[in-house]
Amino acid sequence: MEATTISDPRSHTSRAWAPAKKRPLLARPVTERIFLLLARGIISLALLTLVALIADVAMDGMERLTWNFFVNFPSRKAENAGILAAWTGSLWLLLLTIMIALPIGVGAAVYLEEYGRRSFGTKVIEVCIANLAGVPSVIYGILGLQVFVRALSFERSLLSGALTLALLVLPIIIMASREALRTVPKGYREGALALGATKWQTTWTQVLPVAIPGIATGCILAFSRAIGETAPLITLGALTYVAQVPDSVFSPFTALPIQAFNWLSRPQPEFHTNAAAAITVLLAFMIMLNIVAILIRNRYQKRQR
Amino acid sequence: MKGSAALVFREIQSTRKNQEIVMNGVHAVRSAAHAPKVEIANVELFYGTYKALHEISLSIPSREVTAFIGPSGCGKSTLLRTINRMNDLIEGVKLTGSIRLDGVDVYAPHIDLIELRKRVGMVFQKSNPFPKSIFDNVAYGPRIHGSRDRDYLQETVRQSLIRADLWREVKDRLHTSALDLSGGQQQRLCIARALAVNPEVLLMDEPASALDPRSTSKIEDLIGELRSDYTIVIVTHNMQQAARVSDTTAFFYEGRLVEHGVTKELFTKPKEKQTEDYITGRFG
Repeated sequence: MEATTISDPRSHTSRAWAPAKKRPLLARPVTERIFLLLARGIISLALLTLVALIADVAMDGMERLTWNFFVNFPSRKAENAGILAAWTGSLWLLLLTIMIALPIGVGAAVYLEEYGRRSFGTKVIEVCIANLAGVPSVIYGILGLQVFVRALSFERSLLSGALTLALLVLPIIIMASREALRTVPKGYREGALALGATKWQTTWTQVLPVAIPGIATGCILAFSRAIGETAPLITLGALTYVAQVPDSVFSPFTALPIQAFNWLSRPQPEFHTNAAAAITVLLAFMIMLNIVAILIRNRYQKRQR
Repeated sequence: MKGSAALVFREIQSTRKNQEIVMNGVHAVRSAAHAPKVEIANVELFYGTYKALHEISLSIPSREVTAFIGPSGCGKSTLLRTINRMNDLIEGVKLTGSIRLDGVDVYAPHIDLIELRKRVGMVFQKSNPFPKSIFDNVAYGPRIHGSRDRDYLQETVRQSLIRADLWREVKDRLHTSALDLSGGQQQRLCIARALAVNPEVLLMDEPASALDPRSTSKIEDLIGELRSDYTIVIVTHNMQQAARVSDTTAFFYEGRLVEHGVTKELFTKPKEKQTEDYITGRFG
């Protein structure tokens, strides 16, 4: 409307097609600004919650975070109790879970993406995997108890725990890896095949290297979930009092979340401090894992430039 | 006969390829003597139930450039990709008829796809260098076929890059990423990569359609240089390009081969009305 009222002596424009009034160059539309504010607000809320949580737990547990806490076994006296069995158990569990779940998960993803034909069978498998990712972790604990602890008589060992956790993270790994494989441009596959590469060579030398950042990110997120899982391990019957560092895959074990859970369930408030300290250690460990994920991704992306 | 007619046409057409004309005398003699390299007989191809190619029979002469032209969706790329069986990758593709490479049906059971694709190289419309160094790109083919010898690989890479007219531009940065090259250089790198496995046939699927005119003319010059050693089949949208680079041309329309002949004749005296309409720009 306003545009038409501008009187420019040189202008022969009729009202009918007068150009729309131009907006100032610098100003952004109001909606844009509102959206930006909203987005910033939400992200700060999320970050603040996280920081508050970590700070609260860390402050509660701070007084117990000494060298002794890391090198002592659990004890009846809260101030003597430590997490040596728990953190070594968690580390073993993590390594074993990775060794079991990573090759199977990535292998399954490669099969489904690169080799599997679109048949009814693969569709059923896809639906099953998607559903498995949503199954509560306790269910995996029950399965692990029946299959690994009892049927295969691995007892309440690290192996049983790792196998159970591996089952738990497999669907996540498969889905993340498939997603990563799907982002590899078709041209790489065609280029390699047209040079006479076999399917295996194409996958191994072209597709997987390009997909590794995505696979690694997805997998590490899955493993940091595994390391924090308590329910399936408790269902499995993992011990809460272990006074030895595991020395084989058949050793009995405990893990950080179990230890924290155990201490929390005691009435004495000193043990709650221990729990807070153990959780702080667990959180620090998970943050480290995530940093590793980011580093791996950056390293491979740089190499591909 | 075909060869010499093409030669005449080439001389009229290409004023910028002066030095090459001297060599063309040799081509004329050689072309006439060559048997067909690829023979396509009664090929029909289905995507599921959709029939994409109808009864196509065509022979591609050895060490000549054959151009496939026609409007989008006419099946020219599909036909090209049947020659090295790249269509096998697409689910639901069925093919009847036969495609013979030096007399051997490439769709016969027990055909070694790896050997086939070593002999029939391919360059794609969208240049697809691997996210590796220039050297590793060109060495990829020889490496997957078992070459480990450093000297051999180095020499192969050098020769292939020279043949693809890229050596001068990249010889000082062989170990930098291929993705840093310009579009035209990337496409020539893909040609070098295909040459490194020593193919007999080179399939080019609109190799210059995404390139600027300068890079396009470089690719065309390159095709002119390669034709003495390779049987080249090029799919192109660009009729001037077909006229400039090819000896014989096949015109496709809606999955059928409409006309096939010596490029000069097809462009100057088309037998079919459809061909004439297309090359004069009345449709397509």
